[in-house]
Amino acid sequence: MTPRRKRLFAVLAILAGVGLATVVAIKAFDNNLSYFYDPSQVADGKAPADKSFRVGGMVTKGSLTRTPGTLEVRFVLTDFAHEVPVAYTGLLPDLFREGQGIIAHGRMQSGVFVADEVLAKHDEKYTPPEVAKAMKRPIPPAGSP
Amino acid sequence: MIPELGTLAMVLALLLAAAQAFFGLAGAQLNRQSWMAVVPAAVAGVWVFVVLAFGVLAYSFIVHDFSVSYVATNSNLELPLLYRFAAVWGAHEGSLLLWILLLSTWALLVAALSGQLPIAFRARVLGVLGLIGVGFLLFTLFTSSPFTRLMPAAADGADLNPLLQDPALAAHPPMLYMGYVGTSVAFAFAVAAMLSGKLDAGWARWTRPWTVASWMFLTVGIALGSWWAYYVLGWGGWWFWDPVENASFMPWLATTALIHSLAVTEKRGLFKSWTLLLAIFAFSLSLLGTFLVRSGVLVSVHAFASDPSRGLFILALLIFFIVGSLTLYAVRAPTLKSEGGFELVSRESFLLLNNALLITAAGLILVGELWPLLMDAFDLGKISVGPPYFNMVFMVPGVPLVVLLGIGMHAAWRRALLGSRKRQLLILGGGGRALARRVAFAFFGGPGMPLTIVCLAAGFFVMASALIEPIEQWRKGQQLPRAALGMAIAHFGVGVWLLGVTGVCSYKVEKDVSLAPGESTEIAGYTFKFLEMHKVQGPNYDADEARILITKGGKTVAELPTQKRTYRVNRNPMTHAGISVGPTRDLFVALGENVGGGKWSMRLQYKPFIRYIWLGAVIMALGGLTAILDRRYRVRRTAEAGAFEPGAARKAV
Repeated sequence: MTPRRKRLFAVLAILAGVGLATVVAIKAFDNNLSYFYDPSQVADGKAPADKSFRVGGMVTKGSLTRTPGTLEVRFVLTDFAHEVPVAYTGLLPDLFREGQGIIAHGRMQSGVFVADEVLAKHDEKYTPPEVAKAMKRPIPPAGSP
Repeated sequence: MIPELGTLAMVLALLLAAAQAFFGLAGAQLNRQSWMAVVPAAVAGVWVFVVLAFGVLAYSFIVHDFSVSYVATNSNLELPLLYRFAAVWGAHEGSLLLWILLLSTWALLVAALSGQLPIAFRARVLGVLGLIGVGFLLFTLFTSSPFTRLMPAAADGADLNPLLQDPALAAHPPMLYMGYVGTSVAFAFAVAAMLSGKLDAGWARWTRPWTVASWMFLTVGIALGSWWAYYVLGWGGWWFWDPVENASFMPWLATTALIHSLAVTEKRGLFKSWTLLLAIFAFSLSLLGTFLVRSGVLVSVHAFASDPSRGLFILALLIFFIVGSLTLYAVRAPTLKSEGGFELVSRESFLLLNNALLITAAGLILVGELWPLLMDAFDLGKISVGPPYFNMVFMVPGVPLVVLLGIGMHAAWRRALLGSRKRQLLILGGGGRALARRVAFAFFGGPGMPLTIVCLAAGFFVMASALIEPIEQWRKGQQLPRAALGMAIAHFGVGVWLLGVTGVCSYKVEKDVSLAPGESTEIAGYTFKFLEMHKVQGPNYDADEARILITKGGKTVAELPTQKRTYRVNRNPMTHAGISVGPTRDLFVALGENVGGGKWSMRLQYKPFIRYIWLGAVIMALGGLTAILDRRYRVRRTAEAGAFEPGAARKAV
């Protein structure tokens, strides 16, 4: 091979590689984006009906119920304007409590948000920024006594 | 009085760092010998005062000085001594001080071990490190001083986050930071090379051990973080593609690429400007990681800062160093030409592919990392990018990378006909595949998915391929040079790591259950019996403890305790998992809560091969350590005299 052809070959190989990587990446990216909505947006019907998404808010006090002896729980998320009922089967995170901001991932099924994942952050004083924004309150400074 | 000494020490360190930066950079530029001569002394001075400041903060923690706001927020009278010390870097302010301590330690090591470098070059390297030190000291003093007083003093502290009260996590930040900050040395070498316009084999040989050292610390730091997440945080997960994990993983990928590119620059005088660019990337990604993690932009356990001025300050630092170095690169890189070419199939092209694949992975992870932040910044909605994306963009370049690694290790420079190795490699490849199938049948009773077999085979192949040369040399009664041995060890580690990842990803079993005492359930052939519940008291927590008996075929495998702890001071609950460790699997039980009806929820897991993930990382790091100890990095060389050789340096003076 002449050096010229070699270089051409190398450039083509790199272009093909980059092209392939881009296609794979865009496809993977598209399939794995999940959007965040607050309870008001969900109530307004802005959240997708057929796709999974995340919803965040405060767990309404007194709303947590269990089916005794099972892993099924139900609770209500609120941004103090609207509420979303949530159903979940599984272990709740350590810092899940009523009155605390959490984020749930899942989809709407006949008016109930069926979660496949519930996240509470690692500090009880901590409110996820999305949740804080959703509740239109300033974020309490981390670590403030 | 004591805490004020800490502030004073930091101010003095700042002044000395400024002197280090000025006399180093200006002295080299104007060729003033007397200016350059004071730089090492300034480096030592910075180190002394930073150690003093760090010591003052540690002392304040140890004696419970709750008049210091940072101590009052992150410690407590009940906190054991070890964690009082580890609490120094348990939050934002102190972790910055740790960062600065490690930076000045690297600078001190460079100053101590680089006596043979040309004096101007050495001054520039130390000058750049000084400049970075100035940036971080200013940041700490003005936005995040750990010595701020609390008026009036608190009677007792608020306690360290219980998640952080763990030996692995006490060691995780220093290791990771050692790695992060270590990239600044390669960066300083790159900037100095661009400023002086000289980049030869000697330069690359000087830069290599420093880069490998920082890579080694990054590897250990990331592995510790992953291990900690596995048994403390993650309910048995070991990697979450959490933005904070990515922030440490991207510099690792870039540093790995840099190590390999430096090899080509040293041996063949090629890839020069690419090597410089990688050094800039690695350091920029470390800074970006610090920025993302510490500015509060990312939502995570690590994000302490919520003060916007902090984020802005780090952003300004980030822009200064990245834009500055890239501008210098644009101006100077074209003058640093690579000599010669190479054949399409040669060690050079394998290393080129290695770099292309590593940087592709790092780039795509960066996209997934920053996209949600951009969307949010432009108010286009709040999104998050799920782990499957990251798995995909890591695996697609990663699997070919490992296979190519097994072959490329044996390719010669310039042109590589693999020669007699070709046959050996084909045999090992076939053997790896056969072994992969056998493992799939023996441990998991099935043929296995194609991808599982490919990954297992690649793991075995790389391990075997890495051993070829050490074994051949050993048979001949000769010893491999340390650098080559280190390479073989690190690559063997990659194979071990891949086996662990493949095993746990392909065959893990997880089950959430609710059980009453006396009841049992089965996963992956193991029977888990919930024996009983009782209460226990720890030094600073109370806990409910469940005992789980695991049996297989009627034989007892393990009896595991798992606790739900409540820390007495801040009332945070925390799960403490019970883990049975084994060479082929971990069994993992984590207690949930009382779900009524006399039952408790718990998560039971079977994690095959998971230990090999961390074992592989440790082996990789050991490989790095072996390579650093190679004699050629220390022995004086006069044969290929260049600007970097001691003789030539003296002549130049």
